[in-house]
Amino acid sequence: MTFDDLHIGSILVSTVRNAPVLIFAGMAGLFAERSGVIDIGLEGKILASAFVSAAVAFTTQNPWYGILAGMLVSVLLATLQGYVAISQKGNQLVAGIAINIAMSGLTFVVAQYIFQQGGRTPDLGSARLFDVVLPGSAAIEGVPFIGWVYAHLIGGHSVLVYLAFALVPIVHWVVYHSRFGLRLRACGENPHAADAAGISVERQRYMAMLIAGVLCSFSGAYLAIVQSGFFLRDMSAGAGYLALTAMVFGNWRPVYTFLGCLMFGFFGAVQIQIEGVDLPLVGRLPGSLIQMVPYVVTVIVLAGLMAKSVAPKALGTPFVKSR
Amino acid sequence: MNSQDLPRWATAFVMPILNLLSALLVAALVIHLLGESPTESMAILINSAVVNPEGLSYTLFYASTFIFTGLSVSIAMQAGLFNIGSEGQMYLGGLGLTLAILAFDSSLPAWALIPAGIIGAALFGGLWAFLPGYLQAKRGSHVVVTTIMFNFIAASLMNFVIVKYLIPAGEQNTASRAFAAAAEMPRLNQWFPILGETPLNISFFLAIIALIIYGVMVSRSSWGFKLRATGLNKHAAHYAGIRISKMIIIVMLISGALAGLGSVNSIMGSTHYLSLNFVGGAGFVGIAIALMGRQHPVGIFLSAVLFGALIQGGFDLSLEKQNIPPETFIFIQGLIILFCGAMENFYAPAIAKLLKLKK
Repeated sequence: MTFDDLHIGSILVSTVRNAPVLIFAGMAGLFAERSGVIDIGLEGKILASAFVSAAVAFTTQNPWYGILAGMLVSVLLATLQGYVAISQKGNQLVAGIAINIAMSGLTFVVAQYIFQQGGRTPDLGSARLFDVVLPGSAAIEGVPFIGWVYAHLIGGHSVLVYLAFALVPIVHWVVYHSRFGLRLRACGENPHAADAAGISVERQRYMAMLIAGVLCSFSGAYLAIVQSGFFLRDMSAGAGYLALTAMVFGNWRPVYTFLGCLMFGFFGAVQIQIEGVDLPLVGRLPGSLIQMVPYVVTVIVLAGLMAKSVAPKALGTPFVKSR
Repeated sequence: MNSQDLPRWATAFVMPILNLLSALLVAALVIHLLGESPTESMAILINSAVVNPEGLSYTLFYASTFIFTGLSVSIAMQAGLFNIGSEGQMYLGGLGLTLAILAFDSSLPAWALIPAGIIGAALFGGLWAFLPGYLQAKRGSHVVVTTIMFNFIAASLMNFVIVKYLIPAGEQNTASRAFAAAAEMPRLNQWFPILGETPLNISFFLAIIALIIYGVMVSRSSWGFKLRATGLNKHAAHYAGIRISKMIIIVMLISGALAGLGSVNSIMGSTHYLSLNFVGGAGFVGIAIALMGRQHPVGIFLSAVLFGALIQGGFDLSLEKQNIPPETFIFIQGLIILFCGAMENFYAPAIAKLLKLKK
């Protein structure tokens, strides 16, 4: 059993590459939920923006147009969700699930209609987003370990990966140190107090949903334009729920949510690498069992066995202005 | 304007129908954009799902499963719990059923074997819902998140169990071995030959019985009163002496058992073996049915038949119209959930205004 046998290097690299899908969606969910709107519709928004990004990027042969179009669709869906949750005062869980189910069907139907490839888009080829090569990568490549870390672990990813990692401190600052963030949290914890202080709860929640829509679209675009290079039916494969889980796991806090995303990304990477490898003591572990680990961990966390998870107090309750 | 101020006929009939029509209207628009005629599609759908006796039989076959998942979601909703886990509970129910049948189908006769399968399904489905219920009751972990987790865990677990233990040696198909003939639910076509070679079986009557029991228990028994009290106001119910945590756990057990029973129709009534992903979204359809049927037994029945018809008619439609694959009906299902569940009071202000004008 050596370093190479376990493929620790490739596990780390794929962790970095798996995490952005979850980070974008997790931060999106964080904005929505901190404002008091349950965002269980992350999955549907990821899927919709993944399809639209891939379709537009392929048609125009320009990944940036794809990202932009995906953003538009995701924001539209977030607005619909906001309309149901904020203006209609309807059931937010139901709205999110409806969006997830509807998008799972619609993306396939439209993809099939346009491209006739069994609900797939054609390979994006050159319309995929390029990987950033850090300056001097080639020169330092030969240096053992440090060269690899610089060229492959830190460097060599798409811009969206760096955006995802940069997002964490930004979101932390916005949520905890900006006026917007203070109001956001006030609306999620005690909307009546926020209302009394002169904040428009409805407007604040709509803003949060817009941000959630934009952030969530990166998740879909990353999945389609960067990671796979095409759109495939139901390609989000629960990433939206997983991101939501990472957020619950992270107690609705940006940094902990980020750690949750990294953990899930890591398990995803391990699952692929470990399949069919003989491990000491346990022998061969089937991938399906490793796949279960993040969910089991989340249930344990939710049960309060590791840490207490505290949701925003007004989460899921529509705000009715008192007269 | 609050929807509670509206007369019962408006909230119970007019609004659900308006919501359903809105969803179908959006669906028609999408079908139109796909270059097909919505009216022609509707005609094909109705003809193949309701008019044609074989089609109707398939519609009722699908409805039998959906009644169970719809009941599963509904009874949890009565207690104010949103059980998204019916999908996983039905999956595990299928495992319980299969284990019971595989163990006994060489030794027991049909009259004992079929109940054994049914008990296995209810038991495993119920147990899979127990932990989310327990965690909600005792630790306050939100049942929505835990049941989503349990859906994913069920998918991985079943993958593992089927691939590792249940595939017979030398087989490639990811499914258990086929059951002995004694484990097959009697099909209705032996009495009604007009139904043709369709899988409609006596599970349909089991579903009807379950609906009746549900209706009586929820609205005519003291337990049902406690159940609804818990759903309407937990704190008041607690003050009135109802043990909330016990109620939550019991309701989740029943809800899971009902979802598990959905597998009886799909497995013992049709395929006669356990296969990977046999649930195929029936648990999520249950959410739509519970919302559209407003947790009322008659509503659940009608919604289940509607969804059965959409699935059956959708298959036939997709054969005739290339641009309308069966997935279109997953989209329509989402629309129905959106309009009938999340925006259920969309038309309340308009109806209230109309009523005021009349006065």
